[in-house]
Amino acid sequence: MWDLCTYALETAKLRGASYGDVRLMHLRQRDLTTKNGQVGTLAQGESIGIGVRVLANGTWGFASTDRLTREGVAACAAQAVSIAKASALAKRSNVVLAPENAYVDSWQSPFRKDPFEIPVETQLALLLAADGEMRKVKGVTLTETSMQFRKIDSWFASSIGSRIHQRKVISGCGIGATSFQGDEIQKRSYPNSFGGQHALEGYELVESLDLMKHAPVIADEAAALHAAEQCPEKFGTLILAGNQLGLQIHESIGHPIELDRVLGQEANFAGTSFLTLDQLNKLKYASSIVNVVADARLDHGRGLGTFAYDDEGVPAQCTDIIKDGTFRGYLSNRETARLIGLERSSGTMRTESWNRLPIIRMTNVSLVPGTWDYDDLLADTADGILMDTNRSWSIDDRRYQFQFSTEIGWEINGGKKVRMLKNPSYSGITTEFWNSCDAICKFDYWTLWGTPNCGKGQPMQTMGTGHGAAPARFRKVRIGTAFSKQ
Amino acid sequence: MTIAPGARGKIGRKKAEHAELLAPRELRGIIETVLRLAKSTGVAETEVHVDEVADALTRFANNAIHQNVFERVVTVSIRTVNGGRTARATTNRLDEDSLLATIEASLSLAHSEPRDPRLLPMPGKQRYRPVNRFVQATAALTPEDRARAVRLACDLAAKKGQVAAGIFSSGQSQTAVGNSRGLFATYCETHSQFSITMQEDPAASWAKADFADVREIHPQKLAERASEKAHLAVKTQELAPGRYTVILEPAAVLDLVGFLFYDFAATAVQDKRSCLNNRMGKQLFGKNISIRDDVFHPLQKGAPFDGEGMPRQKVLLVDCGVPKNLVYSRASAKTARRKPTGHGFALPNEYGEAPMNLVFSGGDSSVEKMLASTDRGLLVTRLWYIREVDPYEKVMTGMTRDGLFLVENGTVTGAVKNFRFNQSLIEMLKKVELMSPAVRATGEESFEMVVPAMMVRDFHFSEVTKF
Repeated sequence: MWDLCTYALETAKLRGASYGDVRLMHLRQRDLTTKNGQVGTLAQGESIGIGVRVLANGTWGFASTDRLTREGVAACAAQAVSIAKASALAKRSNVVLAPENAYVDSWQSPFRKDPFEIPVETQLALLLAADGEMRKVKGVTLTETSMQFRKIDSWFASSIGSRIHQRKVISGCGIGATSFQGDEIQKRSYPNSFGGQHALEGYELVESLDLMKHAPVIADEAAALHAAEQCPEKFGTLILAGNQLGLQIHESIGHPIELDRVLGQEANFAGTSFLTLDQLNKLKYASSIVNVVADARLDHGRGLGTFAYDDEGVPAQCTDIIKDGTFRGYLSNRETARLIGLERSSGTMRTESWNRLPIIRMTNVSLVPGTWDYDDLLADTADGILMDTNRSWSIDDRRYQFQFSTEIGWEINGGKKVRMLKNPSYSGITTEFWNSCDAICKFDYWTLWGTPNCGKGQPMQTMGTGHGAAPARFRKVRIGTAFSKQ
Repeated sequence: MTIAPGARGKIGRKKAEHAELLAPRELRGIIETVLRLAKSTGVAETEVHVDEVADALTRFANNAIHQNVFERVVTVSIRTVNGGRTARATTNRLDEDSLLATIEASLSLAHSEPRDPRLLPMPGKQRYRPVNRFVQATAALTPEDRARAVRLACDLAAKKGQVAAGIFSSGQSQTAVGNSRGLFATYCETHSQFSITMQEDPAASWAKADFADVREIHPQKLAERASEKAHLAVKTQELAPGRYTVILEPAAVLDLVGFLFYDFAATAVQDKRSCLNNRMGKQLFGKNISIRDDVFHPLQKGAPFDGEGMPRQKVLLVDCGVPKNLVYSRASAKTARRKPTGHGFALPNEYGEAPMNLVFSGGDSSVEKMLASTDRGLLVTRLWYIREVDPYEKVMTGMTRDGLFLVENGTVTGAVKNFRFNQSLIEMLKKVELMSPAVRATGEESFEMVVPAMMVRDFHFSEVTKF
């Protein structure tokens, strides 16, 4: 592998590249699903190839190929240089990279059980059993389960001398029960919607979820939601379960801190950001109890944003994003770090596959745990609504105004969960919302949630990101907007 | 725009001119190799997909190219059936050892599952109506061609004191499917897109086009349109949320209605997750709404066969506001005792099928006529981040983006801060007052369709954002 990487870099240099890096990647994937007691998807795949990124004439070019011969990678490298030179036809200034050291290293994400070594029969048997538990519940009209496993090997080499091999093992699993009655479709998912929980873990993730225990619970809830009261429209107190708060962090903190968005590089598609450069170290992003970090290090947990080096050869780091409520940092790469005068990239360049250019992506953007016991938080809430498990999510292209709805809500009255609510939703303006946070649960209730489906870039890339969150409380939030009939 | 010398006028696929893609005999050779290897290992039935793309995309922002990429991938995907069990394995390694390993992986997976008594035998040889969507002018486009067009757009932005961002992409792809019962189908196409956002602080506007033939894309005209609308949008006023008459440009219509069509899958209805459950054959939309799925429409793209190689049929989905027909894979057709329509996804899957080549009947109005007939309303350029709030009433939420304009007494009188909407698609399609002729539209939230601009009354905006 290293021979091909080196040959690509040498070819790029000979063709006129002033800088080059290559990612030779081998991706393996297994997907299992069931529906209504039958196997749905049963598939596995592999993809191997190389992507070559170069600077020539001061601008970028990228080419990729699955022809892994010396001739194939040489042609690919030459094409990358040729494309870079074409880029220079519409150039404003030369790209300059923030300095970075060269690294020679090999790293593997820790896991206890290789999911590709677990028999597929075992995996399917668990899914079918959970599916069967959900189908026992009267009123459930559709049951779905899924497992997804990935093993990614990447060999990164750059013209500054880095040679980094990384192996990542990723697992995901979830179940869902849907109930159609009258003129209403209700759904409950576990442990999260849209495929469940995903993490940089082995099969131990699946075993930790205890699907058989939770399958009848969510099935009961899906059927019961039809008879539940409609979530009211009001301004009030909101408690978010950790899985929903993870997505709230993703949309209203994770995306606006991407420096490529801030600098206009995503203006045509993903959008820009309200976090203009003048806001750094000044904006009161959140209440003073709110601390948020972007942490790709293993110390933070085994999340979808955990690695040893990013896809630009920069070591994993922890960056303060919000410190005591004040906005403190961006997600950057070597190019954008240099553009705003930072000494170094924060190490967030990530690529979906060998045929995609690395771009700035979230790592693990997490809310630091607070001090509250969950039971104390509920007991301290005289009148509020608890919302759990995302159903829909939307935010404007500068990341100010958002609206989320969840699968289930619970009315909190006098410090207790008193009744189920259907069709819960809430909305707001990002900074107003985060400044209304007055309680965050402690580490015992904190989970590093995985968001496996974050889309960004042109061509589109899907990336997994991590979001540590514990349940938290927000005051004077607009509730119930999505179902308003006004 | 500038086209590579010698490319103009040569439309149609010619072997010597598409060196990027495998030759048809190579494509067929891969399929025959897999079928031979599978037969030698005793597989009862085998299906092979070969997909190849050679795509390039030039991306610009801040009036300069900042990303510029090319990819080439060939993927071989193999489905085996043995003893009532089926599974799929995929690779992009084309040597015989790797193909054999992929066959064995598929067999091993299939062996792990319970027997499925409903699994159908693979279909035999089919007949296909040919379509030609390979345009040499697109295939021949170079990075320099794209860079020159981008440069002109960026120069226009700079001249106007604006900032341009966008993409110019071009590429070619081909797909072939064959199986051990003699089915063989192949399709190739070219594709190109130009999308531009013009920013004039604090405003922005947007224009985009997508065609198989790059010569139908006019980057400079798109840049001029986005530039004019961005300038118009610089000064905004804030309006109260509420119900407004809206004029939705085709891209806004496309991105919104695109969320409706997975409900026309027979499997979705059988699963009771479709908004059409208990609503087929009823007057669900306005009588002016007729929609069909038609892969052969001259403004459409895509293969004339589905994931099992079944020929795509034209299907009338909505006739004068009444949902008339669903689309069927072979499996869902058997369950419903209907004929398959050629809309199935590659097996095995749990979703079944979907219409992917939507064509609205449209009307005889125009955006200009709609504006002229509006006393008070809003002109919507584009919608953004659309998600489903209520799956049965089909309530969607999302934002307006890149140009929302107030229309008063027949003319655009200014720009308005962006709104969030929460709107039922079913209710919306009951309240369409005027439509333009349908055009090939492209957005960011849904796949390309042939849709009209629409004037819709009582569109529900629930909140306003800060810009």
